[in-house]
Amino acid sequence: MKSSAPLIFAFIVGIIVLLSEFIPHSPFNEIVSTLEGWFMIISGFAILLGQISLIRMNTHKIVHKLDNWQYHLAGLISFGLMLALGLLWGMQETPGILGDATGIQAWLGQKPFDYLFENAYLPLSATLFSLLAFFIASAAYRAFIIRGLESNLLMITAIIVIIGRTSIGTMLTGWLPESLHFWHFPNLADFIMEFPNTAAQRAILISAGLGIVGSSLRIILGIERSYLGGDK
Amino acid sequence: MKISVLAERRIIYLVLLIAVALPLLFPIGWKTEVSGYTQMAYDLIENTPENKVVIISFDYDPSTMTELQPMGEAMIEHAFKRDQKIIATALWPMGVQMAEQAFEKVLRDYPDKKRGLDYVNLGYKVGGMVTIQAMGRDLKEVYPNDTRNTPYDQIPLLANTRRLKDVAWVSSLSSGVPGLKEWMMVARDSYNVPVTGGCTAVSAPGFFPYVNEQRQLTGLLGGLKAASEYESLIGRLGSATTKMDAQSVAHLLILVFIALGNIKVFVAKKKKTTKTKAFIIKRRKSND
Repeated sequence: MKSSAPLIFAFIVGIIVLLSEFIPHSPFNEIVSTLEGWFMIISGFAILLGQISLIRMNTHKIVHKLDNWQYHLAGLISFGLMLALGLLWGMQETPGILGDATGIQAWLGQKPFDYLFENAYLPLSATLFSLLAFFIASAAYRAFIIRGLESNLLMITAIIVIIGRTSIGTMLTGWLPESLHFWHFPNLADFIMEFPNTAAQRAILISAGLGIVGSSLRIILGIERSYLGGDK
Repeated sequence: MKISVLAERRIIYLVLLIAVALPLLFPIGWKTEVSGYTQMAYDLIENTPENKVVIISFDYDPSTMTELQPMGEAMIEHAFKRDQKIIATALWPMGVQMAEQAFEKVLRDYPDKKRGLDYVNLGYKVGGMVTIQAMGRDLKEVYPNDTRNTPYDQIPLLANTRRLKDVAWVSSLSSGVPGLKEWMMVARDSYNVPVTGGCTAVSAPGFFPYVNEQRQLTGLLGGLKAASEYESLIGRLGSATTKMDAQSVAHLLILVFIALGNIKVFVAKKKKTTKTKAFIIKRRKSND
């Protein structure tokens, strides 16, 4: 019963949602609307579950002093700090348990949560993503080597797209007459994106779509059971 | 002279840092050509009548704000210019703050625009695609209050907006899932509401197939370049325009790095061939 109940539930819900797409009338409308409400509530609890899991995992690593436990401690302190500041004094216009922190606002210029968000989280997050540029530059130098016909084609395409996607493309070919408009680097880049890229992307999308249909049917029919956990 | 891999890497990082920093400190002012995708998104907003209610969904977090925030600001400014009423939503938790920051910046030039009358921030809702589906049935059910806890019914801008169908267009600024694709699948495909949006340059190729004759997406802003194109279309000297110089120089530098990497490999190969040839000749001579 423990394993068959979720399978029966998945089958019934899956069939109802599937049918509602083809029969958009009562009672399917109401049932699907209720199911959507359930989904949002469960998703809300999933966030809570994620937070509990995060605390447990980090605490375990800190208590047992596993590799790089210091980083996990920093993560946990940051998490606790933001949570506490948000709960105590709220964020932006929303007050917290202790009100609006007028005194602290006069000193910091904004609420503690907003201050940390803007001056710590925001620049740190953007910096981490920006580091990608350095890795890309280094990888391009070491890995983008012409070795055969395919890599040659890739190189030519990459050069056109890179130049076409910058202001340099406009500068280099902007002087060309209107009759040669197609040969402007930005237009060449757009052409590559619109035709060869789109063709390849569509093939991938269609394959992925068919894969999703297949795996969804497997879940509804109870063939795919990995979501239940365990080995089966 | 042989340079170690680590030293090479450090030189690349240093040169790139200088190449990005200099144009930011001393802007060059290069012009960009407006692409068809950006023009299409611009036309959608430009041709929407005044007083129509629109949705801009901030489906990203600070990690991608360099590319997406200028798009958000430009689209808000464009909608304000056309006197359209903006509903801001977020499918990502940090999107709420991103929306607030974008409004705050644009409102400096539009002090007459009022919260609740001209724009509203409904905040974040968990659930992704299912949330959008629920918005298609009843917006108030999904968002009973805005971020300032004002009840839905007390927000004048939402008086005649009950479901997704009452909205003139949707724009999702998206850096992943849930985002633009989910909006397109529900708002456009199920409710026939025009959907446009923006994404990071790296994910733009995946969205281009949806800008098609069926208008699944009405235009697309892909990366910082598209954001700067949009700024030029609405006549705004925003952050995308100034950052575009730095990006252009960085891209040019990457091309130089690629060329240098190839030259290095070519020279190494040539040396190896010469050495092998010399070795074979030497061996033949010794055999003779």
